Amino acid sequence: MSVIVKKIAQLMSGLIFVYGIYIITHGHLTPGGGFAGGALVAGAFILLILANGSEYIKLKRQEEGSSVVESAAVLMALVLATAGLVAGSLVFFNNYLPEGIPGQLISAGTIPLYNIFIGTEVAAALITIFLALVIYKEEISK
Amino acid sequence: MLSVIIGFMIIAAIVAIHAKDLLSAIIAQGFVGYGLVICFLMLKAPDLAIVQIVVETITLIIMVAVVLDSSRKELEVSFDRRQAGTIAASFLFIMVLLLYFNRAISGLNHFGGHSLRMSEAYVTGAASQTGALNLVTGVLWDFRGYDTLGEATVLFTAAIGVITIIRLVGKK
Repeated sequence: MSVIVKKIAQLMSGLIFVYGIYIITHGHLTPGGGFAGGALVAGAFILLILANGSEYIKLKRQEEGSSVVESAAVLMALVLATAGLVAGSLVFFNNYLPEGIPGQLISAGTIPLYNIFIGTEVAAALITIFLALVIYKEEISK
Repeated sequence: MLSVIIGFMIIAAIVAIHAKDLLSAIIAQGFVGYGLVICFLMLKAPDLAIVQIVVETITLIIMVAVVLDSSRKELEVSFDRRQAGTIAASFLFIMVLLLYFNRAISGLNHFGGHSLRMSEAYVTGAASQTGALNLVTGVLWDFRGYDTLGEATVLFTAAIGVITIIRLVGKK
């Protein structure tokens, strides 16, 4: 890709990343949530790789890292859901944290935490799939 | 109007079972699928209709490709006496299923008339019960947490599957 595309992609991907983080953390207040925000965060990285080529990041290490992050995020969401069995009433997915004042950033109990974990999981899963395909193409062409 | 489409779908399903040529059987099966799309649209579920169009088209393409690649003739299956027990068991199972279906359906609203009991409880109670102003997130992560966990697991499984299949070359 040309210099213009590379520079614009580098400038834009930061904005897209921050917007994805905003969508994830404000998932209980504004439209969006873990799934949409995670796709945005993954899109920021995919845009960088598409513009700069696969030499831009150390591919192999990145793929392993993102798959570990993905698995850990799913595990954390499961641990959080299972903690509802211990805290308060014996209900899986029990919302045991205090609700707070609706409309504030820290409110709605466990829902923002679930959103953060699932946002991480979605972003890491999409990046993992994309990187796996890119690495596959690299290894085939060698 | 709805019952006319459902009648055509039933006829197409019977044709699909009895057609000698497998390609025409697939076309009749596609008729059932796209009739279901029109049914979803008439029952005011456009999101389901979109998903059904996508799934039906992909399934039809795959099945047409399989049939064109293998054989268009139906396999001749002769009746075996050992199958009598299986047929009797499945007939019994279908009768029991129909009995309980009949008992369950008597408590429902008439076909096409929506019952809004559940969604009314969600709309009025979600904000005060969960503390989340975004009702969709409140429903997703509180009332229907199992459902969302399944969705997240589907994506996890997809990533694991892609790594397992695609990265075999590199990990060797």
